Amino acid sequence: MEIPAFKNMKSKRGPGPSLRSPDTTTIILFLLPAFVLFLLFLVYPIARSIYYSTFDWNGLGPAVDFVGLDNFRQILTDTVFMTAVWNCLLIVVLSLIVQLPFSLALAIMVGRDLPGRAFFRAVFFMPYVLSEVITGIIWVSLFNPDPQQGLINALLVLIPGVQPQLFLSDLNMVLPCIFVVLTWKYFGLHMLLYMAGLQSIPREVEEAAIMDGANTWQSIRYITIPLLGSTIRTTIQLSVLGSLTQFNLIWVMTQGGPVNASEVMATYMYRFGFVRFQLGYGSAVALVMLLICLVFSVVYLRLARQPDYLGGM
Amino acid sequence: MMRKSTTRFFQYLVLILITLVIFTPVVVLIFGSLKTTGEMYADPYTIPTSPQWDNYAQILFSSSFWVFLRNSLIVMVSTTFCVLTVCSLAAFVFSRMEFRGKELAFNFLTLGLMFPITVAIMPVFLVVRDLHLTNTLLAVILVQTAFGISGNMLILRGFFLSIPVELQDAAFIDGCTSFGFFWRILLPLARPALAAIGALTMIVSWNDLLTPLVLLDKEELWTLPLGTMQFQGQYSSDIALVAAFVLISALPAIAFYMVAERQIVAGLTAGALKG
Repeated sequence: MEIPAFKNMKSKRGPGPSLRSPDTTTIILFLLPAFVLFLLFLVYPIARSIYYSTFDWNGLGPAVDFVGLDNFRQILTDTVFMTAVWNCLLIVVLSLIVQLPFSLALAIMVGRDLPGRAFFRAVFFMPYVLSEVITGIIWVSLFNPDPQQGLINALLVLIPGVQPQLFLSDLNMVLPCIFVVLTWKYFGLHMLLYMAGLQSIPREVEEAAIMDGANTWQSIRYITIPLLGSTIRTTIQLSVLGSLTQFNLIWVMTQGGPVNASEVMATYMYRFGFVRFQLGYGSAVALVMLLICLVFSVVYLRLARQPDYLGGM
Repeated sequence: MMRKSTTRFFQYLVLILITLVIFTPVVVLIFGSLKTTGEMYADPYTIPTSPQWDNYAQILFSSSFWVFLRNSLIVMVSTTFCVLTVCSLAAFVFSRMEFRGKELAFNFLTLGLMFPITVAIMPVFLVVRDLHLTNTLLAVILVQTAFGISGNMLILRGFFLSIPVELQDAAFIDGCTSFGFFWRILLPLARPALAAIGALTMIVSWNDLLTPLVLLDKEELWTLPLGTMQFQGQYSSDIALVAAFVLISALPAIAFYMVAERQIVAGLTAGALKG
């Protein structure tokens, strides 16, 4: 039953919000806090650092020693910075080929209905809640080279013929060790996201595949993983941006040492900007990092063609 | 049937092994914190035979621990309050009002998703210094809030959009103003989303090291992560005491996680699945 008058009213009004006159005052007042904070602490600082990055400036007094693009030239020819970029890329690659598949495998294994599912999810996610400082301090002591003080070496020497390892003091082992800790801390987050994604896939789809003669592996490979696409894209973006800008854990565990072996872009920037107080050079490093993140985000969003976002800072 | 139970067995084996890997570091820490440093060197990994509560007493009776805790609480509560306020106001406009340039304004505010705070901390420090806000908790709160806007506003907007427009029509017919609708109807309905974002913001703010590290040098302003890091540096030879300090500073986060697990999980998944 339709009442003609009402029908007309409805069709006149376009879709979407149905306000009387849009009141500009409310819009401005409501958006103001977000815009002020965003402009003041995000956009303006970055814009200004473009200016500072062209100076050799120690932060005392105004910046007067204009050096043009010299800071950038110096960054790109500094072998330590190149080590830092290389280490970041290594963490990115390891995260993508080890950490994410591992989390995905676990999420699929726990599935939707394994008894104890909630318990394991809660336990695996727990390290994410601990701060990087706490995580870092705990793991530095686990990695202690002396088996009397470091649990990992104490367990290693139980195996006949195995010598205690230097771990964080070893130039070649320090980065893999940090990666282990990163995985310990973050795999639960990715697993949680995959588990949430699994919830939105109807079980019937997989069951139908099995009925049609697919084995478990085929059903996972051709049904489950493609349907998890948007969640996987989100975790890849998170993981890459997180790896490119990792600071806290590495600063607590090694401060980029020994001899720059675990230096990443963020620790390099911190060292120049805040320890040596070369603010012009530090600004330039920050811009290079920003550019790398932006290029990745833009290219990745273009390629993935879907805006997958995650909240939080 | 046989095959299925073998699969189950291996599933649980893997899960229990990982559970052990998650818990062992924490358990070693707890054991260590209950020993004297001497015992820890002699017998580092066993259950403490006679628990030593002195480590805890020493920390809980020191004023610096309470100062760090207070600072962390002030920053966490204020940041969460600011993020919730700023983001729900903006999300309301973007989900319920039409104006020219809306798309542009919205995309602009989500720019923050493209890079984490680490990238911008150096430029931010310079601005905070020019505003004469270094060594204030206010600076930490404002910076954390600014970097929390993009993601949280996006989540809240998604939630607001899912609330039927008819409710708004009804409210306006009854003479409700925009603000009245926002305050009396939308916010109460959005309580689960607000709780999720709030819980997530609390965790992020509580654990943040970089912002306080860069903006605060005065010890009386340090937050718990910063204080814990410096304490570890200062007392690195007294490993049992450091263990106790680390454990005590981890307790609030663990307790909060146990209480608010559902909200934290909801916040994270809402962010990942919307967009």
